[in-house]
Amino acid sequence: MTPDLATNPAPVLSEATFVLVLVLVLLLLAPLAIAGVALINTGLGRSRSAAQALLGNLAIVAVAMIVFALAGATLAGTLGGAGHRFHVAGKPWDWLGAGPFFLGGLGSAPAQAQLGLLFELLAVAMAAIIPWGSGADRLRLTAGCAVAAVLAAIAFPPLAHWVWAGGWLSQLGVNFSLGAGFLDPAGAATIHVLGGLSALAAVWITGPRKGKFPQGGFATAMPGHNAVYILFGCLLALAGWLAFNVAGAVLWMHAPLAALPVTAVNTLLAASGAVAATFAVTRIRFGKPDASLCANGWLAGLVASSATAALVSPLAALFIGIVAGIITPLLVEVLELAVSIDDPSGAITVHAAGGLWGLIAAGVFAPQAGQFVAQLVGIAALLGLMLPLVYLLFWLVNRIAPLRVEADGERIGMDLHELGGGAYPEFVIHRDDSYR
Amino acid sequence: MKFAGLLVMPAGFFLSIAALVLFPASNAAARAAFVLCGLAVEALGLVVAVRGHMEAQGKNRA
Repeated sequence: MTPDLATNPAPVLSEATFVLVLVLVLLLLAPLAIAGVALINTGLGRSRSAAQALLGNLAIVAVAMIVFALAGATLAGTLGGAGHRFHVAGKPWDWLGAGPFFLGGLGSAPAQAQLGLLFELLAVAMAAIIPWGSGADRLRLTAGCAVAAVLAAIAFPPLAHWVWAGGWLSQLGVNFSLGAGFLDPAGAATIHVLGGLSALAAVWITGPRKGKFPQGGFATAMPGHNAVYILFGCLLALAGWLAFNVAGAVLWMHAPLAALPVTAVNTLLAASGAVAATFAVTRIRFGKPDASLCANGWLAGLVASSATAALVSPLAALFIGIVAGIITPLLVEVLELAVSIDDPSGAITVHAAGGLWGLIAAGVFAPQAGQFVAQLVGIAALLGLMLPLVYLLFWLVNRIAPLRVEADGERIGMDLHELGGGAYPEFVIHRDDSYR
Repeated sequence: MKFAGLLVMPAGFFLSIAALVLFPASNAAARAAFVLCGLAVEALGLVVAVRGHMEAQGKNRA
């Protein structure tokens, strides 16, 4: 029996309701960004650590979400909710949320607050897997989970509160006439710069992979083991990033429905401009385009779009992507060859540098006066507070439970050492020439 | 050396925050310059921390 459409018309949704439904659907797609980054992390590591790498991503996502739900969400608070504040020079400084413990009252909270929490859960999971990629082939599974727990409980919540839940950074416009306050609609600061700086701290503490920087020689090339994972991860990440950027624009910028297609277009243009620029740079520099660096460029464009897609014109988004794509391969090379940082996934460049560039670009291209200074103050908080904080936290974790695996584990591979079996059991494992 | 660099970085942050409190909105140029100085101090701290890392890395190679 066919329904009588004339007598049973579809319920009319107001624009506000439609937008909230749209955000819910988008947030169901956002995990694709996490899946994409997880695949990229795995592909850029070695074949003998592939199962441990992907299992680590899963475990870290789980730990980060549980810890954030149990403890972090209280400190992150919600927009318009209670918060801890002090007064300096007659201005309120809202520095920490004071939400209910263990997600109390979530079911009866307004839909927007519930969607905000869902966004934050996905955001903390994404931030937590970023250092895991940089510590590939040497970071213990338990260490990765401990790092994720620390990030989700202590580092991410205050930052999320400052930026998204009415904290002091978001109030810079109201209190100090700095544009619209610090703007970060889709987590360039809260997810990517925090994750990238955490990756830097983790790499500083664990040190490079054995044989990466041999005595009296250049850095040893240790290419990723599966370019297909890496490049397919990029395509998966695009779908997730579109979801994050559009949902973030609605939730944290209150963007109207008409502004959402432009946000999606800007995301696509930033990623496209970035990968085209990286393709050209690596083609000029090495004679052939480099697949893993192009993947890094693509991601850097997406990361930069997290700060800018909801704020700028399509032409500006393309320009921002191109700059991100030029910076990425050059900085990856500088960090490895000049600064002796072993970052297999390139997360420090992609997430920290790409995110910082996006935040600066948001200030440059935003129409409001004072916006650039607001963005600089946010960057000062990230570099001046968050980097020392995560370094201190990881250093303490390392004192209690060493982050780095024993030398033997690194030699036989993390799969055999930690899981007892490899990701590709039918493949022949070759001798590792990088040990000298 | 790495710890020294990381300790300098919060000083740069507080310099940036001080700019907001000390300079009124009407004096936007001075405020922006002060914030930039704070970021420069942070950059200095980062450079010191990176140098510390490179030094330790050099010793490990040898």
